[in-house]
Amino acid sequence: MEVFLQQIINGLVLGSMYALIALGYTMVYGIINLINFAHGEVLMVGALTSWTIIGWMQEAMPGAPGWLILLVSLLIAFIVCAALNFTIEKIAYRPLRNSPKLAPLITAIGMSLLLQTLAMIIWKPNYKPYPTLLPSEPYQFGGAVITVTQIFILGATAVSLSVLMWLVHYTKLGRAMRATAENPRVAALMGVRPDTVISATFVIGAVLAALAGVMYASNYGTVQHTMGFLPGLKAFTAAVFGGIGNLGGAVLGGILLGLIESIGAGYIGPLTGGVLGSQYSDIFAFIVLIFVLTLRPSGLLGERVADRA
Amino acid sequence: MKPNKLVTFLVVAAALLVLPLVLQQGGNAWVRILDMSLLYVLLALGLNIVVGYAGLLDLGYVAFFAVGAYLSALLSSPHLAEAFPAIAAAFPQGLHLPIWAIIPAAAFVAGAFGVLLGAPTLKLRGDYLAIVTLGFGEIIRVFLNNLDRPINLTNGPKGINQIDSIRFFGLDLGKSHTLFGFEIASVSMYYYLFLVLVVFSVVICSRLQNSRIGRAWMAIREDEIAAKAMGINTRNMKLLAFGMGATFGGVSGSMFAAFQGFVSPESFSLMESIMIVAMVVLGGIGHLPGVILGALLLASLPEVLRYLAGPLQAMTDGRLDSAILRQLLIAVAMITIMLMRPRGLWPAPEHGKSKKLPANIPEDDASAIKSINP
Repeated sequence: MEVFLQQIINGLVLGSMYALIALGYTMVYGIINLINFAHGEVLMVGALTSWTIIGWMQEAMPGAPGWLILLVSLLIAFIVCAALNFTIEKIAYRPLRNSPKLAPLITAIGMSLLLQTLAMIIWKPNYKPYPTLLPSEPYQFGGAVITVTQIFILGATAVSLSVLMWLVHYTKLGRAMRATAENPRVAALMGVRPDTVISATFVIGAVLAALAGVMYASNYGTVQHTMGFLPGLKAFTAAVFGGIGNLGGAVLGGILLGLIESIGAGYIGPLTGGVLGSQYSDIFAFIVLIFVLTLRPSGLLGERVADRA
Repeated sequence: MKPNKLVTFLVVAAALLVLPLVLQQGGNAWVRILDMSLLYVLLALGLNIVVGYAGLLDLGYVAFFAVGAYLSALLSSPHLAEAFPAIAAAFPQGLHLPIWAIIPAAAFVAGAFGVLLGAPTLKLRGDYLAIVTLGFGEIIRVFLNNLDRPINLTNGPKGINQIDSIRFFGLDLGKSHTLFGFEIASVSMYYYLFLVLVVFSVVICSRLQNSRIGRAWMAIREDEIAAKAMGINTRNMKLLAFGMGATFGGVSGSMFAAFQGFVSPESFSLMESIMIVAMVVLGGIGHLPGVILGALLLASLPEVLRYLAGPLQAMTDGRLDSAILRQLLIAVAMITIMLMRPRGLWPAPEHGKSKKLPANIPEDDASAIKSINP
């Protein structure tokens, strides 16, 4: 039972990071139908930026409390990532908005490669330890253990999800975003500026990715220039799992994916008598995804798109 | 053929035949680059059937390459005999099947995998399909990586080595041969084999393109519902596309295994799948010369840049590693080519496409319409 509870906690923590990243994918997809392959790299840049800022601050003011350092580095990571994603959209996707569908996909792949390489040049390719800034003694919780960092992750996810939902459903920008996703042409006729809305979407996605990146780094304790690839891939899976283009679906997909992975990894060894080990945990996600999509071709919460010309 | 076309044809053919002999003077490494590029051309041609003709975005194509490679590795190396006493008893020398058995087997098994993986994805559209195929690719890679226990089938991350080189009619491509007193290195022999395969594939693809099947694929690509209404059996056609594409992957996989003499899961990462998609799209999706150009470019560019990166590295005082520089240049090249030529370097000629936006729309409105009409 303790193992189960522990895996649930780990799964929720992992899942909330996936959810934050998946939101970035799904919002972009919902509006311009593009798989933004460079999204995982935005996360990586966020994590590495915050790592640099933390290093500077710890040197400049040795007495500063950990949460303050974390907060400042987080804010700076937000700004850097937002600017980065804004630029990426402007350079690599906007000129191709009217081209064949696969063209922006290739520039996205190119961007991802480019960002990884640049990060390798700027930050050097070695693994860097990410300092623990929050108190490290864990809380006992019904036999399971939860760290302050994990509580911070869950809390921050809940807060940012609420803010995002409020933004999308109750503000003018949110209404413009929903309108553009629904039908860009009509939205433009109603006075929405699609370019502004798309830029805003990329900026919001980048902020969420930066947050997830800092969480990922503080949860696993290392940062490196390839760290964005796997979470990016998983989050993309989560977005499709929940029904791509659907915000609630991305959150649901992310959290379910995290839970599946961590419970699967915890139990597959004992269940199969040690034949299959946790090295298979990376593919549970895909097996479940394939199964779900066979039954529901548009994902869990995705709407069935009517077949129209 | 018109006379001047024939002349061009003959000149190109002669150039292709002499090319490795010239390059091998500068070292076998250059011919090796050529060989690998030809294998990638084969892969890109196969993927072009799935992505270019049938319009099904497959992000796990390297899985079929892996299936072909591992199958021929198992059938022509001592590994199976070492791992299973029963096989060792039956074949004391180890399994060393001839190429005439291996290539059809690789083609068939990879094709079967293609149909198998295609079947559950028939209902999926666009990007859902992309992620599921990507998932399949990853699943196969993880299995290759971990199937060294409970039974040692793939030898895990260490991979399988001592794979036989290709032999037929008493000709061993693994050794260099002398013809009219002129030495032809092993890599050049492989070059000719791969060249024959590529030419053969190009013929198949171009015949397919203009056949009933090819037209059916393109109809599905343009509008699946309309294709169905026109009496095309979309299910069978999509499965056929997956199967055919996978067959190409399987054959080039078995070539890869024999050529390298070694396979390991590392060669079949997701990045490879993505690079193959990039080759097809960068060259000109659905257009054979374009696809070949894209594959040659993306496959040989990294290797050629390896030589160019040296001087560049010296210019930056060794601050930039040549591998890093290479990756940087490839990324920049991918982005710029796509931005300058969104339809690929050498796209198919346009027939009967809808007209461009009229020129008299004011700048502001035009950009608005463009941006909302992807």
